[in-house]
Amino acid sequence: MVVKRSDGRKAHDLRPMKAKVGVVPNADGSAMFSFGNTVAIAAVYGPRQLHPQHMQDPTTGILRCQYDLLSFSVSDRKKPGPSRRSQEISKVTEWALLPVVDLKSFPNTVVDVQIYILQADAGTRTAGINAAALALAHAGIPMKDLVCSVALGKLDKDIVVDLDKDEEDFEGGEGPTDFAIAKVANGDEFTLLQLDGKIQPDKVKEVIKIVGEVSKQIYDVQKKALKEAVEEQ
Amino acid sequence: MSSMITSNLTRETLRKMFAAGKRFDGRGLLDHRHVEISYNVSNKAEGSARVKVGKTEVIAGVKMVPGTPYPDSMEKGNLIVSGDLLPLASPRFESGPPGFEAIELPRLMDRAIRESGMIDLKKLVIEEGKKVWNVYIDVYPLNDDGSLIDAASLACIAALRSAKVPALNKEGNVDYDEKSTKHMPLAEGVNPISFSFFKLGSSLILDPTREEEEACEARVTWGISKWNGQYMINSCQKSAEAIFSQAEINHMMDALPKKFDELNEKLKKFL
Repeated sequence: MVVKRSDGRKAHDLRPMKAKVGVVPNADGSAMFSFGNTVAIAAVYGPRQLHPQHMQDPTTGILRCQYDLLSFSVSDRKKPGPSRRSQEISKVTEWALLPVVDLKSFPNTVVDVQIYILQADAGTRTAGINAAALALAHAGIPMKDLVCSVALGKLDKDIVVDLDKDEEDFEGGEGPTDFAIAKVANGDEFTLLQLDGKIQPDKVKEVIKIVGEVSKQIYDVQKKALKEAVEEQ
Repeated sequence: MSSMITSNLTRETLRKMFAAGKRFDGRGLLDHRHVEISYNVSNKAEGSARVKVGKTEVIAGVKMVPGTPYPDSMEKGNLIVSGDLLPLASPRFESGPPGFEAIELPRLMDRAIRESGMIDLKKLVIEEGKKVWNVYIDVYPLNDDGSLIDAASLACIAALRSAKVPALNKEGNVDYDEKSTKHMPLAEGVNPISFSFFKLGSSLILDPTREEEEACEARVTWGISKWNGQYMINSCQKSAEAIFSQAEINHMMDALPKKFDELNEKLKKFL
């Protein structure tokens, strides 16, 4: 380990995680998920009738995700309303979750997933996906598994897990690489791959291997949150 | 050509053919179509290029305008990649606010170019802390026959390689009458090329035609360049519903350096 992490974590350590379901009583399902100082909440509404009608699919229900940062979740106030960045993240989030949900029994409907970031310290899309997977499960949407998501990175030559904002802005050596990944919790199925930076093809392979190991910890936190919600009832 | 919906029959036929390593046009699964690059689409642009990959055709142009630096990068010029999927290029595209594809394409170009370090943005400062060059790259497809992103990445590289930094007059505005010979500050030999792998069943293909692309279930785009003699992945984005396994990702990582060398050699002939 050449690069020292500011919060003293080891290279493959995640930040402390927290998860709770049922945070939005009005929603059919909802959840909060946090990686350290990054906090995401997600709410699920549906399956419900989809309008406009021409968007309806008679063979299945559709999943519609919306991700955004709240204006005060970042240092420089974010102008409210969707940006190109948030539209892109919304779409990749949808693709990250689709492989585990089965909406075939709900033709012509939509399941809306609303994801908002309350506090951002890097890894917001991955925290959002973890929250959304929990919210979908909490809503009782048919799912074959949960989705676990985390961003790995490379600081100069070292692979590190779950970067915070300071690490994302790291300068020096080969620079920072940010690689957001989601996988089906118990399957060899990668549903989100999004990267920018400078990373050798062989290191990409290594990252994919490490994700398989650390995602188990995320899965445990998610499972625990769902169990707690059932026990409370 | 106006109907773009792939029939189940076509999809099944393609699935079987890909599984047997075959394609309609006789290419191997990871072979590119014929690549052609020409320059000077517009003599008003600081640099421009037209790229043909099979029947897919994309143009890119570079314009440079003095601007102010962003607060988080006071000592650097600005790179702004944009573009539009013109209804001229395909019956699939419609005018109006940009759809997801039209948002994604320039964002992918931006990330690959920026992260590769191809443009030395620090050399695009006009007056420290006050005035820098805004480099605009605009990408437009002229004919969409599949694999637009990869063709667009070649067009961006070619347009940048041919771009000249315009001269400024006494007032600090661009002097369009003076012919500039000053090249863009580009890193020697750094060409961030995009490779989009498309998946159908368990087969992965490169450079699909429109028909092949429509039949596929997922895509993952990798931007790769060579930096200090090493292959570097600069950007990546997976799209669509299907998943990729660890073995598939490893397979792409093994194939990429070779494909990069192949296309980079072709590209060099045109630069």
